Amino acid sequence: MHNLVIIGNGIAGVTTARHVRKMSDMKITIISSETKYFFSRTALMYVYMGQMRFKEIKPYEDWFWTKNNIELIHAHVNSINTDNKTLQLNNGTIISYNKLVISTGSKTNRYGWPGQNLPGVQGLYSWQDVELLEENTRNITHAIIVGGGLIGIELAEMLHSRKIHVTFLVREDLYWGNILPREDSILISRHILEHGFDLKLGTQLKEINAGQNGRVKSVKTDKGEEIICQLVGLTPGVHPNIDLVKNSKVKTAGGVLVNNYLETNIPDVYAAGDCVEFKEREPGRFRFEQLWYTGRMQGEALAQTICGKRTKYDRGVWFNSAKFLDIEYQTYGFVAAQPREGETNFYWEHKSGKKAVRFVFRNDDHSLVGMNTFGIRYRHELFDKWIKNKKSIEYILEHLPQANFDPEFFEKHEGEIITEFNRQNPEVNLKLKSKRGLKDLLSKELA
Amino acid sequence: MMPLQIEPFKVYKESPKLEWIKKSGLGIFLVGVFFLLVSLTGTAMIMPNLFLFLSFGLSIIGAVIYSLPVIWEAPAGIKNNKIFFNSFTSGIIIISFYFFLYWFPSFIGNWIRLVDPISTFLRGEKADRWFLYGTFYTLAVLFMGLKMIIKYRHSRYHLIRTFSVMFFQLGFAYLIPSLLIMFNKPEHYFSYFWPLKYDYLFPGSVHYLTHTAGALGYFMVFWGIIMTFIVVPVFSYFFGKRWYCSWVCGCGGLAETAGDPFRHLSDKSLKAWKIERWTIHSVLVFIIVTTALLWINSATGGKTLGGLSHTFSAVYGFLIGAVFSGITGVGFYPVLGSRVWCRFGCPLAAILGLFQRFKSKFRITTNGGHCISCGNCSTYCEMGIDVRAYAQRKQNIIRSSCVGCGICAAVCPRGVLRLENGPEKGRYNVVLDDQLMDLNQ
Repeated sequence: MHNLVIIGNGIAGVTTARHVRKMSDMKITIISSETKYFFSRTALMYVYMGQMRFKEIKPYEDWFWTKNNIELIHAHVNSINTDNKTLQLNNGTIISYNKLVISTGSKTNRYGWPGQNLPGVQGLYSWQDVELLEENTRNITHAIIVGGGLIGIELAEMLHSRKIHVTFLVREDLYWGNILPREDSILISRHILEHGFDLKLGTQLKEINAGQNGRVKSVKTDKGEEIICQLVGLTPGVHPNIDLVKNSKVKTAGGVLVNNYLETNIPDVYAAGDCVEFKEREPGRFRFEQLWYTGRMQGEALAQTICGKRTKYDRGVWFNSAKFLDIEYQTYGFVAAQPREGETNFYWEHKSGKKAVRFVFRNDDHSLVGMNTFGIRYRHELFDKWIKNKKSIEYILEHLPQANFDPEFFEKHEGEIITEFNRQNPEVNLKLKSKRGLKDLLSKELA
Repeated sequence: MMPLQIEPFKVYKESPKLEWIKKSGLGIFLVGVFFLLVSLTGTAMIMPNLFLFLSFGLSIIGAVIYSLPVIWEAPAGIKNNKIFFNSFTSGIIIISFYFFLYWFPSFIGNWIRLVDPISTFLRGEKADRWFLYGTFYTLAVLFMGLKMIIKYRHSRYHLIRTFSVMFFQLGFAYLIPSLLIMFNKPEHYFSYFWPLKYDYLFPGSVHYLTHTAGALGYFMVFWGIIMTFIVVPVFSYFFGKRWYCSWVCGCGGLAETAGDPFRHLSDKSLKAWKIERWTIHSVLVFIIVTTALLWINSATGGKTLGGLSHTFSAVYGFLIGAVFSGITGVGFYPVLGSRVWCRFGCPLAAILGLFQRFKSKFRITTNGGHCISCGNCSTYCEMGIDVRAYAQRKQNIIRSSCVGCGICAAVCPRGVLRLENGPEKGRYNVVLDDQLMDLNQ
């Protein structure tokens, strides 16, 4: 019988295990040194904020693993020997496998800043990081966050909930400027400022200084400014956690190198999730995909392959979502930060400055390339279908109410959006052709 | 290039002025509580109206002043921060109030006297302990409803829903019953009906209403029958059980307002779900049997069962009416969450739930692949439904216990959930792909 061992119990590893179990009764073991039980990494912030406890961020009750016959080992893997197919654990045990999945996740980037390893400087990725943050933020008043991305805004919100003043240092001239187009980024930046954070755009960290107690005392920026703080949160992105793999025969570069089937250079050794680097570039796909959603989809595909049905990882139409403080964000398809040749952007913003939608469509056939939405929820399935079927911007705007996923009684904006499109494009006169609600949706679109 | 200068429309922050307002609110509230305690001794009888103002009046004014500044401190959006760090001494206070109310009303006798002016004004007679209870209850729904409105001010669904429970509690469960007494009619709650108000269809009540209140009495009985047997199934078919449980019902009203800070304490385990299904349906069977027995007994002139059926109803009244729905239902908010009674006991919720489960257009839909399994939805489900278990596998949530409060959809940080009424076809979208990962076992 097969003996599957998975290193890492994040979303990629656990999804692989769950889906393998559905198809096969092979022996499955998951090893993790972080926590015994799987938890939702994206929910770590809520534990620190006191909205949930560790118990609540575990997606499955503890009996689930025994019931589904998935063995959990809480230990660290010290080395991988692919010749005799064994793993050496830090508690002295040696585990053998005949199929191995490496899903070791990632680590916080540190770009060699002076003082980056001082006490009081940390990233936010693991359960241990949250415990450390609890220690590091005892009785402090001011924190610096370096890097304006999704983890940065989460960390800012966390610290704010403990009444710690936050200053953001963002290297780009716009917040999350390498992903968000200008207006979108400004909308989020305004909201960050609205919450009372300091936002220093176009500013880089130069060095971190220690006080007499050896802990962080201040940072210096490239503008020569010195800012007093007791915590430096490093959130300039993550890179694959492959220290373990580097000393094995499994090939790595920036991450564990895999093909489109998530196979490494060694037979029966696979990798999935944050730690992966794709050898083959697919159009529109990055070499690294460090998202919850991609980890989950990779796990689903990999489980098929492990069970004998070799399946290519195909993530389909891109999507992602996040919440910037109080503003929800969803994206479907591809929206480039800088407008691209052959594409047109249509942007509508509500007068409150807290809701907006952006549509990017091709100039030739007007088909939708991507969309961003802020403060209005839209249906994933419908946009997935519209983008796949190359529906035109005109069609989509006329049927937009069907895609609306906001709660009942919420103000609807699709009328305003279409009016704005007509205003910007006087040659067309589009009218709403559908209503919100399941009845219209099921009979017309998803039928 | 110079970095862009971005100006926010408004910056929210805590300020000394707001702190000062909050502190004075708290001060006024504490003075009110002080007079409330003083009133227990009977001193209030010297000047009832003044003491009513000093106790009830000042506590309410103080509490409102204390609660309002939140609006200027942070932008609209749900903040459940630190909810798990709080301690729950409030529970002891609530439990002891119920304890005295049911078994030692004399201890709080002076409080009953304190609300005499209100009672005389509304009902034309002096207060009794149930009027005191109703007054406290209504004040709790109104004041905590205000807090709820402030907390969820960005969400129209919650604003409308909260107004609705406040309206039904104040009008249908407080003012109308009081006015009925004023006009010498039987005290009647039009927002409650059998089997929640279990005695409304007992032969004794029917006989009493039709014989003492004439046409109005017949209307009351008729109203109850229509509600139970026509409105419940029809409305539940179109909207799910939420039309009653989180829009109209007084028990639900308290849970949705005063209970909001405790909703996360409900037990989400599979075991709790199993227990819940046994207990709530047992209560339903018990009340149906009791009602049937009473009618048989009445039809046969009391010959078949004698006193037995009355023992049944007395036992029900004590165990279910007082201990379960009162003391455990509300007193245990801080221990088991805000919907203990609704989830484990309420026979009307059981009936509404059966409709919702088997014959309804209502479901909570999930938005594609956006779920990050964070657990906010499950944590803040007052009915203890593991919403995440469905959401993460893209399955519609159809559960008999769901009261449709909509908080799961509101706290979801990725906009994954939506309460919807739609065609019955395709309502159960069993996700084949996840079949073996037992959710139902």
